[in-house]
Order: sequence, then structure tokens, then C-alpha cells
Amino acid sequence: MSTLVEVKSVTKVYKRDTLEIPVLQNISLDVPEGEFLALMGPSGSGKTTLLNLISGIDQPTSGSILVAGTDIAKLNESALAKWRSRNIGFVFQFYNLLPVLTAYENVELPLLLTNLSKKEKKERVEAVLSVVGLADRMDHSPRQLSGGQQQRVAIARAVVTDPTLLIGDEPTGDLDRKSAEEILTLLGRLNSEFKKTIIMVTHDPHAAGSAHKIQHLDKGELTSQ
Amino acid sequence: MNVLKLVYKNLLRHKLRSLLTILGIAVAVLAFGLLRTVVTAWSYGVEASSADRLITRHAVSFIFPLPYSYKSQIEAVPGVTTVSYANWFQGIYKDQSFENFFPRIAVDPETIFKVYSEYSVPDDQLAAFKKQRNACIVGRKLAEQHGFKIGDIINVRGDIYPGDWEFVVAGIYVGNDKSADETQMFFQWDYLNERSRQVAAWATDHVGWYIIRIANMNDAPAVSEAIDAIYLNSAAKTKTETEKAFQQSFVSLSGAIITSLELVSYVIIGIILMVLANTIIMSARERIREYAVLKTLGFTSFHVVGLIAGESLFISMLGGTAGILLAFPVCEGFGAQFPTMFPVFKMAGSTIAMAAAFSILVGVIAAVFPAYRSAKMQIVDGLRQIG
Amino acid sequence: MKIPLSYNIRNLWARRLTTSLTVSGIALVVFVFAAVLMLAQGIQDTMVATGSNDNVIILRKGTSGEMMSAVSRDQIGIISSFAEVAQMNDGKPFASSDVVTIINLRKKKTNDMGNIIVRGVTPSSFALRPQVKITEGRWFQQGSAEIVIGNKIHDQFENVDIGQQIRIGTKLWTVVGVYDAGKTGFASELWADADNIMLEFNRSTTFSSYTFKLKDVQDYEVIKTKLETEQRLQDLDVKREQDFYLEQSKGMATFIKALGLVITIIFSFGAMIGAMITMYAAVANRTVEIGTLRALGFQRNSILTAFLLEALALSMIGGILGLILASFMQFVSFSTTNFGTFSELAFGFSLSIRIVISTLFFSLMMGVIGGFLPAVRASRMNIINALRAS
Repeated sequence: MSTLVEVKSVTKVYKRDTLEIPVLQNISLDVPEGEFLALMGPSGSGKTTLLNLISGIDQPTSGSILVAGTDIAKLNESALAKWRSRNIGFVFQFYNLLPVLTAYENVELPLLLTNLSKKEKKERVEAVLSVVGLADRMDHSPRQLSGGQQQRVAIARAVVTDPTLLIGDEPTGDLDRKSAEEILTLLGRLNSEFKKTIIMVTHDPHAAGSAHKIQHLDKGELTSQ
Repeated sequence: MNVLKLVYKNLLRHKLRSLLTILGIAVAVLAFGLLRTVVTAWSYGVEASSADRLITRHAVSFIFPLPYSYKSQIEAVPGVTTVSYANWFQGIYKDQSFENFFPRIAVDPETIFKVYSEYSVPDDQLAAFKKQRNACIVGRKLAEQHGFKIGDIINVRGDIYPGDWEFVVAGIYVGNDKSADETQMFFQWDYLNERSRQVAAWATDHVGWYIIRIANMNDAPAVSEAIDAIYLNSAAKTKTETEKAFQQSFVSLSGAIITSLELVSYVIIGIILMVLANTIIMSARERIREYAVLKTLGFTSFHVVGLIAGESLFISMLGGTAGILLAFPVCEGFGAQFPTMFPVFKMAGSTIAMAAAFSILVGVIAAVFPAYRSAKMQIVDGLRQIG
Repeated sequence: MKIPLSYNIRNLWARRLTTSLTVSGIALVVFVFAAVLMLAQGIQDTMVATGSNDNVIILRKGTSGEMMSAVSRDQIGIISSFAEVAQMNDGKPFASSDVVTIINLRKKKTNDMGNIIVRGVTPSSFALRPQVKITEGRWFQQGSAEIVIGNKIHDQFENVDIGQQIRIGTKLWTVVGVYDAGKTGFASELWADADNIMLEFNRSTTFSSYTFKLKDVQDYEVIKTKLETEQRLQDLDVKREQDFYLEQSKGMATFIKALGLVITIIFSFGAMIGAMITMYAAVANRTVEIGTLRALGFQRNSILTAFLLEALALSMIGGILGLILASFMQFVSFSTTNFGTFSELAFGFSLSIRIVISTLFFSLMMGVIGGFLPAVRASRMNIINALRAS
């Protein structure tokens, strides 16, 4: 398996006024294609920051991040946005669906940035919604869906563009046990059936258990276990 | 679905707020239209006046009369075809309220409708007007407002020309186009002159101003100069100018009031801006997390700016359109309240264009700050925001 | 139990941007409202100051202004012989015979022509009008073609500096002084020697008006009856000077007030909507907070009061700001044609206690009306639902 994500000696320091807060220190990490990786660690360990850096919504203070050969630390804002729309599917802890749009429209949202025809968009949206098992709920607005259902819509939104990398930031963190289980099963299927590379941050050992590999972060440093 | 739909759906998120904002803008645009229309109605006389008519008045002010003897001298000036004359009578009809004010002017029955070719009077009515000493002719609008009919007697108390005056309606004149002033009353100058011998000796054999028709409107400057040159060294010097310039000098008398009305109309734009900016800033702040999500999905700052500006423009244009549409009936109603003060009270095309332009401009400006802030926002900070 | 006011103030502060936008909107509306009232008040003040309550003015019957009026020397002689007319130390009547005409001058800023009153006055005029004081140069000499100008005309018209010449009638007159006439209408006039002006306009025996001081203010009705029954004065009108000037500006004051009020009513509607939007948003954003307050035991009424107070604070700040803005208008002079006299009249914006009170009341009303519905919504919230909202 070839390496999909290469994190090379990345350091991230946040500046709050004059105060400098180091979050990540000289981190290096390789994620091979097809991997299902869980990042674990206590709060404040920097795991979400690392995830944000890999998904290109934040930039490192130093070091480089290569995803499928592209050094995203070198991209400017608009190039990065374009890159994200093609390569990253992001699943948030609080689903972050747009409340004014229906499930169908929420999933369709990232496709607005593509040149797909109306028909192709429709096929894709319906396909992913049936993968997540919500084909019958596509006209519902987020408010009419349960937390687990909303997260499934969010996952559908994340994979509808067929991204290189699927990123999850505590995707089960706000769900009850049963719904969490469903989400983890779904992610597992996406990894095994659809060959999606997944990086997921979690503090729940049970959730981490569904991953192939677990990496621990503590005080901004990777600790191998 | 496209981004426009998202704008539209966002608009419906806080229906009450959007509605109130649209209403607020509509009211302000309405006020803007009304004020501007007052300003244009004020100077309407300038628009309606003809370029081939000259007015000769006393050089200092038209409240000083000119000798009647000037008439034949002016007639002799080359280029002049007809000379008519008039006196401002003023007087009080019923009381001094706005409703009962209308221009009452002593005119020469033989020539007045020759120089004012935009007014038509039926031949038999004009003949009756010429025949009877105290006859008068009233405008159609004026007749409608006060219910004057042919044969009616109009009683006016004189102030400049003291005494009680009685005029018999001999005819009703109609304007040939929409901009003609149909609110005046004309009566015989001879009647005024005769009675002024007793009550206003200073005004006897004097006229307020001469109205001169010229053969070629390009000659206006030369003819004006020729007339004024005759009286350069006499006690009552004249000032001759086109009717347009004459009307303009009237309007400029109240320049300060017009300027302040214009100023106030710009303050309205400021108020619209405050109301709209408030709404857009609030909406953008509430959605900062959503914008961060959109950016995570690969939407650019440009898209987010478009969303905010789109919503702002949508609201401002809806409000602007509603305001302009509302302004039509309101202007009509307002004008109907002051038929003689504003003979023509109609919203001008330029007013509508300005109102529309300002709505769009305000829509853009209101979005600048929140759009800038959302564009500059770091995704990570935006996601952390609790909505 | 009441919620402390500091809670509201802190909330307004926490949402500075929205608060300041709403406040600015209200301030603008209040500014226009106050400015209009101040302008109408300014006209009235000017006119009241111009006329004096114990002065009586005589004009020709039926004329609305001095311009068209005529009072002969003989008639003036008859009037001044009445016992009710006050006398000066030298035994002459405490009175002024004026002759009034108008001329054209060009305005500095707009280049428009304005009609200016030229008043020919007699020596006793200065005693009768103590408000008028020379501030630059000197008074005109009797019998010479000299003229002094009011400070408002000096400020606003071209070519009226000392030493410059103005054409009146056929002659050129030299400006020799500038006088200050306070707030009065005289400040918008030019003064010259009455005899000289009459000579210029061939009206050697007729003045425009005759103004005299009463020995006793109470005598007005007495002298009015006497004058009106005197055979040789049948074509004259008797008025209190103050009433006369008030009448002259009534049309303009009414017009400005009416127009201004229509505008402000429409404006205030906009500002009220602004306040309402802000308060609705404040309520919506603080749903959990309201639920918490209610759970802590605060009554519905306390919540209602708290939000109403917040709206009132908003409108009060706007009102005060608008008033401060408007008070600067006192330094601005407004000059336009008074259609009562067809001549230029300068007046100021004057702020009275009455205007301050009515303006603040007006802004508070905007707050109450704009804040009421949102406050009701806040107070009607169900505790459980409010706490659950996020």
C-alpha cells in the first residue's frame, strides 16, 4: 500500500495576542492508502489540530503535509479551498448541516462546486443517501431527523464528491450508544467496501476500536502504543 | 439547487426579521420618493415653461409694477410677435388656508390665450369672457376642486387691491398637455385697473409683468437685451428673461428649503443603511459556523461573500421595489391634498431611478463589513463558534 | 423581584455593533425631529424678537406687509399727537417712520439672487429699536448716500463689505457700517436715511409704516379705537408690532412644521422597526439565558420589564445623541425667502426646554413601541423549551 498522507516534522503554534501556545511539536506521521486510523488523546492534546492540518482547514507553523503527493502547506487559500472540495470529506461532531436545507440539498451542497450535470448530481446524491440508509428521508429538514440520522446525512455529504480522504472529528461524540454504533459500522463499510481512507479523532476507546490502527497524541506529541 | 436558493432559504430563516427589514426599507424609500417629488413639484414651473416666451418684469422685484405704456414700445422691438401683460391680484378667497389658495391674475383677454397656447378655451366662453367686465376664466382642476361652474360668482376679498371683488365664471380652460397648470383664475385687467384708481392709485395704469411671444426662440437673448436697453435710464428699469429663467428665479427664492429637503432625503438613505446593516450583521454573526462549514466543504471566501451580499441585496431590492410601488399612490394622495400648491405632483423617472440605485447601493454597503469579516475568518475559529 | 439594570447595560455593551447601529438610526431620526422643531421655533423667536409688545405699527389698510403700505406725513403727524404715544426726553414722539423697499443682491454660496429689504429710518428709530447696534464702521450720515447693513446680510451676500457700493434705485450707495440686530428680522435688512430713500423713489410724502411706543402697554385698545374712529386715518390699520411680525412668518412656520412632522413620522417608523429587529434578535439569542432567569425564579413580569428597559435604554441613548447632534445646529443660520414679505429672512435653529422634553419623549416612545412586542415574546417563553434551545 502506498502512502497517502505524509506529515513531516509539523509544528503548530497558536498566537493569542502576545502569548504563544505550542499545540503540536515536530510531529511526523504516515497514513497509507486504505487505512482507517483513529487519533486518540485527552482534550488539549492537539488531536483536532492535527486533523485540521491534514484536512487543509488550518495551516502548520512549520513542516510539510503531503496528501497524495501535494504539499498542502504550500497552497494559498483559494487553491486550498479547491483542493478540499476534491480531496476531503469532513464529518463533524455536531453534524453541522445547514438547517435551512433538506437532507437531499445538504448532500448536494458540495456538488455545487463541480461541473456535474443536474442528472449526474441527482444520481450521486441518491446513491450516497441510499448507502447511508436515508433514501426515504431525503426531503426532511435536519430538524426532523434524529442525531444519528443527521450524522448519516453529514457522512453522505462528506463522501458524495468521492474524496481521497475522509476526516471525522469525534463523529460519534454527540450520539447515543446505538446511533454511534451505526455510524461506526457505516464508516467501517465505507473503508472496506468503498476503499475510503479514513482518519478519525475520538476520545472514545470503543469508537477507536473499529479502526485498524490507533495513534495516541499527548501534549502535542505522538506516543506510539 | 444553486447558491441563489441558499440565499433565498436563508432569507426565510428569520421571517419576521426579514419582513421587518423589508418593511423598514420600503417605508424609507417611500419617504425618499415623496420628498424628492416635493422638490421636483416645487420646480415644476420651470419644466412646464416655454422657451419661446419672455417675461419682462421690474428689475428689482416683480412686486414693483411697470408702466402700461411700455406695451407699445415692447411691441415695436424686432422679433416680438405678441405682447400680453398681467397683474398678480392675490386676495383672499374664503380664508387664508392652503385649500383656498389659488393664483388670481388680472390678464389681457385679447392676448392671454394667444401667448399661452397650451391652454384651450371654447370660443363661445372666450367671447363671453371678453364681453363681461368682471368675468373670469378658471382652470379645470380649480373648477373641480371648488365646484365652480359657468355663471357662478366667486367672491374675493382684496388685500393688495382693497375691497370686495366679485367675479363671474365665464369659462373653464383646459391644458393641452399634462404638465399645464390648471389651477389658476384669470380675470380682466381693465376691470382691475378701473377699480384701482380708487383703492390702489399707485398701481393704476401699471402691470405686474409683460409676457412676450417671440418669432424665433433662438432670438431670446437678443430680444431680451433690446427690451431692457430701452429702459436702462428710466426710473422703472426692466429685467427680461425667458419664462424658464423667470420661473427658476422663483424656485431659487426658496433655495434653502429645497436644499434642506434634499439633505433630509439623503439622511433617509443613512437610516435605511443602519436598519439593513443591522440585520445583515446579525444574520452573518449567527451563521459564522455555517460559513466555516461551507469553507471546509471547499467553498471559497468568494462564495461566502456572495451569500451575504446576495441576502443583503435581495432584502434591499425587495424593500426598494415595495417602497417605489407604494410611493405612487402615496404621492397621488399627497398631491391631491395640495392641488393648488403643487399643480403637478408626480414621481419623476429620475426619482424612481435614484430610489432603485440607492436601494442597490445600500444593499452592497450593508454587506461590506460582515462579508469582509466572514471572508477573513479562519475556518478553525468559525467552527469553534457556538451558533 | 427585579432584574438589575446593569444586566441590560451589559447586554447592550456585549452586542456593541448592533447596538450602535440601532442607536445611530434612532439618533438620526431624533436629530431630524429636533432640527425641524428648532427651525420652527427659530422663526418664531426671530419674529417675537423683532416686534415688541408695547410697540404699535400703523400700515395701510388691507396690506399684508410694509412693502405695499403707505402712510402719509400728515397722518403720522396726527397719530403722534395722541397722548398714548410715548415721548422721548426731548419731547419728540418715541416712534419711527420707516420707508421700505427691496433690492436684489447675490448670495455668496449659491450665487442665487435674494430680495433684501432696504429700510429708510429716521433718527428716532435707533431709540425705538435698542437691539440694533453698530459693530463695524459707523452709522450713515443723514442726507448722504450711505448705508449700513445687517450682520446676516453681511455674512451671506456678496459685495457688501464696508467701502463697497450698492445700487439702489438710480444711485450708488456706499456701505459704511455693519450692525448687529441680535435674533431679529432687522439683521436681514439694509438701513439708510429715510428722506434720502424717499427722494430716490419719488415718494416724498409717504412712508411705508409708522411704529410708536405706548406710554403704557395697557393703552393699546384705547389708542386702537381712537385711531380707528379718527376721520383722517380711515385707510390705516393698527396692529401690535409683535402680532404683525408673527403674522408675516406664520405661513412659513406652519409649512416647515407640517412638512417636518410628516417626514419625522415616516422616519420614526423606520427607526422603530430597527429597534424591533434588534430587540427580537436580542431575545432570540438569549433564549437559554431567559430560561435560566425564569428557572432561577424571576417572574414573567421581571423579564418583560428587563427587555423593555433594554429597549428604552437603547432609544434613550439614541435620543440623547440625536439631541446633542441637533444642538450643534444652533450655530447654523438658515436664510430663505419669507413669502409673507417676499424678501430674505435669516433665522437660527433654537433649542428650548420644551423641544428637549418632547424630543426625549419622542425617542422613548420609539423604544417602547419597538421594544414591546419582543419583550412580550421573551416573557411568554416556556422555561423548559427555552432551556433546551441551543
